[in-house]
Amino acid sequence: MSARQAWRIFRVPLMLAVVTLFGLLSALLGDGLWDVLSWIALGLPLAVIAWKLLAAR
Amino acid sequence: MTQSSLRAWFWVHKWTSLISTAFLLLLCLTGLPLIFSAEIDQALDADVLPAAGAAATADIDGMVARALAAQPGQLPISLAFLADQPAVVVQTGETLQTPFPAQRRQVFDARTGQPVALTPPKSSGFVYWTLELHKGLLIDLPGTLFLGVIGLLFLVAIVSGVVLYAPFMRKFAFGMVRKERRARTLWLDLHNLLGIATLLWLLVVGGTGVINTLHDPIAAQVRDGIVRMVASYRDAPAPKRLASLDAVLAAAREAAPGMTVASLFFPGVPFSTPHHFGVYLRGDTPVTSRMLTAVLVDAETGQVTDRPEMPWYAKALFVSQPLHFGDYGGMVLKIVWAVFDLVAIVVLGSGLYLWWSRRKAPLAAQLAEIESGGVVDPGMPS
Repeated sequence: MSARQAWRIFRVPLMLAVVTLFGLLSALLGDGLWDVLSWIALGLPLAVIAWKLLAAR
Repeated sequence: MTQSSLRAWFWVHKWTSLISTAFLLLLCLTGLPLIFSAEIDQALDADVLPAAGAAATADIDGMVARALAAQPGQLPISLAFLADQPAVVVQTGETLQTPFPAQRRQVFDARTGQPVALTPPKSSGFVYWTLELHKGLLIDLPGTLFLGVIGLLFLVAIVSGVVLYAPFMRKFAFGMVRKERRARTLWLDLHNLLGIATLLWLLVVGGTGVINTLHDPIAAQVRDGIVRMVASYRDAPAPKRLASLDAVLAAAREAAPGMTVASLFFPGVPFSTPHHFGVYLRGDTPVTSRMLTAVLVDAETGQVTDRPEMPWYAKALFVSQPLHFGDYGGMVLKIVWAVFDLVAIVVLGSGLYLWWSRRKAPLAAQLAEIESGGVVDPGMPS
């Protein structure tokens, strides 16, 4: 598999992983606003799943 | 990807998953209520002190004097400062070596200094047994270490699943969910989408779960470290008179700024030295609140003698706990944790179904299904 192809396949999963990591750490290292950012960040992969399921044909 | 490496990764994904799936399903199902264990415990049976405006300012010396007056002839062993309530637990015993279960437990309101009735936490049978099942299959340490191995298999299954995701998705865009084809295609798509979207959460909760299985050996190591540190003071003279507890606690707080006292051990018990109070403090962030710092305070002068550093593996364990439990970002984070847990159950269940329904298909056909992104059905060789 070419690097270009790997990038195409893993671009979105990688982005979701980075956002998830941010969400896991932000509530750990801070409170208040950081908790809220954590909820939003961790909600993103779940929202993407819900969106893809609803958009399924 | 070459045919031989595809075959190898498929083999790894299949077997690591097959061995671990039943246990992982058990962990997901028992883990779900455990996310809310604090709420369940509280709702079922835990006592709570009435909240009042006053600060926790009652003097500790007075509390201990009242505790000893209520148990004549006993010696003070330890104090515990509860994290979630303004309460101090005073443990006393016939001797300084009296084991914990045989000690007397008295609880005082930290604001008034008066005794209060507060039953020990974790007395809820449901949460207790669910946790025992989740932690060690009801057989304690052997079960816990076994689940650690299962967790390692889970991590390998996740990595091999990511590797197989690439050939599967070669011709497709992220997030495809094909409803109009066979049921199998839909389950393949769900398995891939749900697995890859929750990848990092699965890795972190799985990995920290593995680290948590080492809790007992790590705690034993930390205890050994304290015992060794204490041993260097073994010949220290026993204190002629004890310094004021309030002064001891103030000195410990000064040595560990920004931290609150979790517990205090009187001189001559297992977590102190013959000549020092052992004071243990916790921080106020989700991570540092689980990271105990030990401070040794001279029993006569009330001066801080030593503040040993926790070993790195103990710190790793402390950080792993919140990341596994999901209890560090309020109720919303707990709900998020529960949804991820449910998604993980679907990933496990769909994987099991995908294997079971084509388990007799030839290997070449199963590999062809992955490489075609589920277009080729291994049950119907083309």
